[in-house]
Amino acid sequence: MRDDAREQARPTSVREAPAWKREHLLDVDELTPEEIELVMDTADAMREVLSREVPRVPALRGLTVVNLFYEPSTRTRASFELAAKALGADVVNIAAEQSSVKKGESLLDTVRTVEALGAEVLVMRHWQSGAPYLAARHTRLHVVNAGDGSHAHPTQALLDIYTIRRHLGDLRGRKVVIVGDIAHSRVARSNAWGLTALGAQVVLCGPPTLLPAGLRPGTSMDDGEVAMPPVQVEMDLDKAIEGADVVMALRLQRERMAGGVLPSLREYVRLYQINVQRLARARPDALVMHPGPMNEGVEIAPEVARSAQSVIEEQVTNGVAVRMAVLYLLTGGKA
Amino acid sequence: MTADDIRRAVRRIAHEIIERNKGVQDVVLVGMRTRGVPLARRLADAIRQFEGVEVPVGALDVGLYRDDLPYLGLRPSLQPSDIPIDIDGKRVVLVDDVLYTGRTIRAALDALMDFGRPGQVQLAVLVDRGHRELPIRADYVGKNIPTSRREEVQVRLEEVDGRDEVVIVRPREEGEHEG
Repeated sequence: MRDDAREQARPTSVREAPAWKREHLLDVDELTPEEIELVMDTADAMREVLSREVPRVPALRGLTVVNLFYEPSTRTRASFELAAKALGADVVNIAAEQSSVKKGESLLDTVRTVEALGAEVLVMRHWQSGAPYLAARHTRLHVVNAGDGSHAHPTQALLDIYTIRRHLGDLRGRKVVIVGDIAHSRVARSNAWGLTALGAQVVLCGPPTLLPAGLRPGTSMDDGEVAMPPVQVEMDLDKAIEGADVVMALRLQRERMAGGVLPSLREYVRLYQINVQRLARARPDALVMHPGPMNEGVEIAPEVARSAQSVIEEQVTNGVAVRMAVLYLLTGGKA
Repeated sequence: MTADDIRRAVRRIAHEIIERNKGVQDVVLVGMRTRGVPLARRLADAIRQFEGVEVPVGALDVGLYRDDLPYLGLRPSLQPSDIPIDIDGKRVVLVDDVLYTGRTIRAALDALMDFGRPGQVQLAVLVDRGHRELPIRADYVGKNIPTSRREEVQVRLEEVDGRDEVVIVRPREEGEHEG
């Protein structure tokens, strides 16, 4: 009966999304270039929705998206919430500090509870690298990694790539310089995978103490805690930025300073801040990006952050469109 | 249908649109992606020839409005909708290649209402193959083609497929899946 109904109702004009078969989005390193392109194309349609007076469509009506955040986050959580609501889904936010997690509920208990509540999508941020992978193995929910430890932040990378593509088109041969605390940056890592998959040249730049084992001088890839795609490493920012098409500054997490990883903030600013003089060494139309939140005057000079080359605000807007695309594609596979 | 049949059908529908609306004042053509869009453009070309008036053409992607997709377990690929003018109070002619269950048109009506409040909505299709599941009918039909549910009607258009034709694909065998 059901099979028969299925056959009857199948519309001939629907073009099935060509490459999306995934149940979860855990990192960009597992995506093919075609899958990345599909997210980009879908995000174009989502941008159109967001440009409307009432940015809301019923594509995910009746589905529940749970944001489970074990780490503080304002913009990523808000971005996912807006994305889910624009698609007509219901959203439940769980901040782990206030939840039963405080009472010692394990990650998997929490995930199972979310599942029992009838949710379909679990958007998860966790301070522990790999936590969303564990969750994904033990649930029928679609898991979206919204940042795990220093490992991966796939939707941030996808929105960065989307923003770059809107300005530069084809990424092949483009030089993207990512500057700052590479070692602790899930943003840098996920971007490196996505950008290299699309043919861009990625240069990671930062002081040796903020480069991950494997990329630091005197270490080999075998020492690396997390895998990296083929990238260049350059510790001299003036050299790294030469001829760049995109300059991406990372947030310097001040709490790292306590660990004695950086001798002084002043020295970091002197050597690694994206300022007007340094930016002048990049291509004249180079894009300036930052995943936020910014420490203006530390990793980026205020006049650069607000310059005509800056697409930092656009990254935030595109983030909603890209997350809508991810939610839309993921929920198509299993119904 | 041959390329000539399609050309004649488009010209006839263009005439009918003009006649029914007593001109094309306030008429907007909105093609449904994918093949409704080139059809809407062809109708606009024909109307320009007949009346010397440029009718606005928009494109509507209804993928985000379908109710049958979670159930079918697939996601259509999306393209942005593009409605170039304010449709409030306008006579909107939705244009699609094939009218079948009516569910796509139901979704299109929802999508259209999110862009404004048209004064009237009409429907033009190249092929009506029957088997409606909703109370929806077309105002302009290129050709009625009675079909079995097991058959598939494929409309091919120069702009998308490299040639113009309408073909009925053989009934699928029991247990065989659509490719």
